[in-house]
Amino acid sequence: MKKAIMIDERDNVATATSEIGAGEEVEIISPSGAVVMRLRVSEPLPFGHKVALKNISPGEEVIKYGERIGVASKPILAGAWIHTHNLESLIQPNPIEGRPP
Amino acid sequence: MTEFYGFERPDGSVGVRNHLLVLAPIDCSFEPARRIASQVEGAVAVTQYHGCGFNGMVFNNLLGVALNPNVAGILILGLGCESLTPELLAERIEPSGKPLETLSIQGEGGTISAVERGVRILQRMIQETSEIKREPFPISHLVLAAECGGSDATSGIAANPSLGFAADMLVDEGGTVIISETQEMTGTQDILARRAVDDETAERIREMIGRQERRMRMMGIESRFMSKGNIEGGLTTIEEKSLGAVRKGGTRPIQGVLENSDERLERPTRGGLWLQDGTGWDVASVTHMVAAGAQIVAFTTGRGSTVGHAIAPVIKITGNPETYARMKDNIDIDASPILDGKESINSVGERIFRFIVKVASGRMTKAEALGYRDFAVFSRDRLAERLLGYC
Repeated sequence: MKKAIMIDERDNVATATSEIGAGEEVEIISPSGAVVMRLRVSEPLPFGHKVALKNISPGEEVIKYGERIGVASKPILAGAWIHTHNLESLIQPNPIEGRPP
Repeated sequence: MTEFYGFERPDGSVGVRNHLLVLAPIDCSFEPARRIASQVEGAVAVTQYHGCGFNGMVFNNLLGVALNPNVAGILILGLGCESLTPELLAERIEPSGKPLETLSIQGEGGTISAVERGVRILQRMIQETSEIKREPFPISHLVLAAECGGSDATSGIAANPSLGFAADMLVDEGGTVIISETQEMTGTQDILARRAVDDETAERIREMIGRQERRMRMMGIESRFMSKGNIEGGLTTIEEKSLGAVRKGGTRPIQGVLENSDERLERPTRGGLWLQDGTGWDVASVTHMVAAGAQIVAFTTGRGSTVGHAIAPVIKITGNPETYARMKDNIDIDASPILDGKESINSVGERIFRFIVKVASGRMTKAEALGYRDFAVFSRDRLAERLLGYC
């Protein structure tokens, strides 16, 4: 079964470690290697992208690395893909593309 | 309690290597310095390329490297007319009690005489320092520099979290960890400030990252920058991108901020995780952390960096299975089994920790075995710093 990694025990998202198709079931792996849950992914998930581990309401914090990486801008259901369409930074409202530092 | 086998210095610090340093305070004397080092076993020559006028940041880097416990003895070779003189460095190195000599090319009457004299000095010095034996010391003597370069989408998922786990293991045994590359902390000032041991440190973290963001804005660069590649790779916010980078330092409380000013290069004063205000330029960043006292470096890479260092072992870690397969000759630790669930973040972290202990006790890294001697000194643009009111 395909995997997604939860980097910190406090996280409410996991990161896909391979490409995952819509409707596929994935194992969510904790930092210690335990399978913490099995989850059906509702949308296609490219490598390195995030999936919600539980329902997240608008304005609620999205947690990765045990820290807040932003807040949900729309309701997010468990198993949904999380990216720029439903997650916003609190300090940089929209991701910007410019010259690399 | 974990122990490693290190070399004790007269000042009580403990090195993981026993190098002799031929220090050219200015690049005008580097060629003869290099020749001297090439003729004596275990000697390495280093210099800097910022001119010979007195520059505190440059001076502090060179001084810190000479004081690093991986250095057993020092020969400073000047040209003879520089402002950054061998004597200025020598008077600050002397209290360490390490074998120390100075020489000037002009004083010796040219290259041939200076090289001959230098080789004789070092030949005697290495015979003395080669008597120093490795002895067991608690791992709390270790200062680990965590660096990343050539990152990719696997860095934030595999290599950095597992190195972070190893960093936490070291800190929990009383050891010290330094992370630098201030521009990669951009956007995390409040998050990192919350991890500070006290309010003063929290304020210094906010100031340090804020100053770096203003520097970059002055250059016309938005530091809170997400590239097309970042976004396609799955990173959504600047907080997420920066947290992935700082994760290599682990999750423990932040003890303090280490600045390099005209007056001094700050060094950790106790065990735990420290943030250094430094450059994202890999070789110079490693030198800067080594100058602050790091004896060993753990370096995560996605695309495959080959960087080593003149006086410190550099352990390479990748989370990218293709990079590991292609560049095994340069990469020490394969963290990619995390991706297919064959190994956990924590178990790779334990593997990294055990390897750090082994390397600290003398095992060569791949970069060392290939004879890597990378060295570069970082200095900020002093004119820009003055205009910004930072010095």
